[in-house]
Amino acid sequence: MSSVPAQRKPSIVHTFGQLVIEFVQAVGDLAIFASSMLRWLCRGLPRSTVVVESMYEVGVRSIPVVMITGMFIGMVLAVQGYQQFHLMRMETRMGAVINMALVAELGPVLAATMLAGRVGSAMAAELGTMRVTEQIDALRALGANPIQYLVVPRFLSCFLLIPLLTAMADAIGVAGGWMFSTQVLGVDSTYYWHYSTEYVAAWDVFAGILKSMFFGAAIALIACHRGFNCGSGAEGVGQAATSSFVLSFIVILIVDFFLGMFLNEIYWTLWPGPSSFV
Amino acid sequence: MPSPDPFSDPFTGEESGRSIIELRGISRNFGSQEVLRKVSLDVRAGETVCLIGESGCGKSVTMKIMASLMQPSAGEVLWNNVPINDRSDEELVRDRLRFGYLFQGAALFDSLSVFENIAFGLRQNTKMSDSFLEEIVAERLKDVGMSPASARKMPSELSGGMRKRVGLARTLALMPDIILYDEPTTGLDPIMIDVINTLILKTRNRRPVTSVIVTHEMSTVRKVADRVIMFYPLSRLEPGQSQVVFEGTPEEAFSSDDPQVSQFVYGEAGERMQELALL
Repeated sequence: MSSVPAQRKPSIVHTFGQLVIEFVQAVGDLAIFASSMLRWLCRGLPRSTVVVESMYEVGVRSIPVVMITGMFIGMVLAVQGYQQFHLMRMETRMGAVINMALVAELGPVLAATMLAGRVGSAMAAELGTMRVTEQIDALRALGANPIQYLVVPRFLSCFLLIPLLTAMADAIGVAGGWMFSTQVLGVDSTYYWHYSTEYVAAWDVFAGILKSMFFGAAIALIACHRGFNCGSGAEGVGQAATSSFVLSFIVILIVDFFLGMFLNEIYWTLWPGPSSFV
Repeated sequence: MPSPDPFSDPFTGEESGRSIIELRGISRNFGSQEVLRKVSLDVRAGETVCLIGESGCGKSVTMKIMASLMQPSAGEVLWNNVPINDRSDEELVRDRLRFGYLFQGAALFDSLSVFENIAFGLRQNTKMSDSFLEEIVAERLKDVGMSPASARKMPSELSGGMRKRVGLARTLALMPDIILYDEPTTGLDPIMIDVINTLILKTRNRRPVTSVIVTHEMSTVRKVADRVIMFYPLSRLEPGQSQVVFEGTPEEAFSSDDPQVSQFVYGEAGERMQELALL
């Protein structure tokens, strides 16, 4: 009779393989969750009061934090950029750099980060608590589909309202950068706007807003998925909230990178030609 | 071809006795942990069945599987002799509304008032006017011994016993034919336990419902059960041994010679104390 071999300690290859399997499982699970959400979205919306309440929470209550973030990031860009531009006697070009950075990258990414922190974590914690206390099962027992009742309104709120929040962050950031550059650093306002309008095109604003919609969708799906799959007890809820923010932030940056490349390709295909900053 | 509505018949006296819920060889794992192994049992129309057993032996999981709120890892669930997997999503949702489920912690929706909690199922599945809803909610609150004024309260303002009663009122609002109670008396004082037991009896006496009750409370078993099914934790069983160690009337459970049964129903630790001492 052959003896049973002693269990060996897993090697690096085993551990790596396990991680790959878990990653593929997690992505597949999120994809199934997203397709289920889309199916229920196509079947119809839950009661309007549920959607309006979610939109108030996601949109209206995020305005202060997004405005403050946008304003300070505009001013910080002016502070950091001034010395470099002053050395080259090109302070008047600051508007182009500040506004381009804001509308194309920082506005959308920071608005999304704020949303992931303020709204996404709260969603994951709320849904996680509902799961732990069997409220999600209770919804099903009472004839409501939890995806339709809980996920669809949150998804719509994030997807539809993040462009408005991004536009607000852009606008207040542009105003903050202009105010600090012209009123504190003494840059000429006319040239500041002249170079801004010359280098920042409507496409850049559009691209930033478009990207934000993808960020909003990712935040809602990740937060709801984390909440629905949260572990037991207070620890599980805490982990769901934390992992929701961390994962959302990573996904925002990855999506930003690929969408940036994709939108640049589209831009150069539609409007080919040389471009120069100076 | 759409399957016929299996719950179309009211559970009248002539209909009682037929199998309304049947579990065939149900197993359920959570990761590598096996909680249920090939459990088979049935619940007959009009009876009140108590599921008893130690914590963690799979009673609540069994009940969630009965109501199709959880999928088994293996095995088949039948409602009125029709496998639930043969139903479409819409049919499953429609038939599940014949079940009322009182959750362990009542599972009231924190963000909704007592009124909205009780009216939730009706709002979701019917087009009743607000005035009619108010009437029904007041009636259901009266059924569970609460004043209509408590409808304005939020769940956080309620005591444990009140939460359970509101949960019961919410369950009863949809007039279910089968009511599943998950530990309805856990954590309550003896008076409130008797109140809940009496409410279960009143509900059954008011109209013919089938009830399944997961409980550790032997006073509940004595007072309301027609039949008792006892589960045993898998970790304490030999491979191949059935997880359902007893099935019979409450009287038979209390007079059983089987130490697995008698120790539980009389609350005697027995050899467990020695086991604990060895840890």
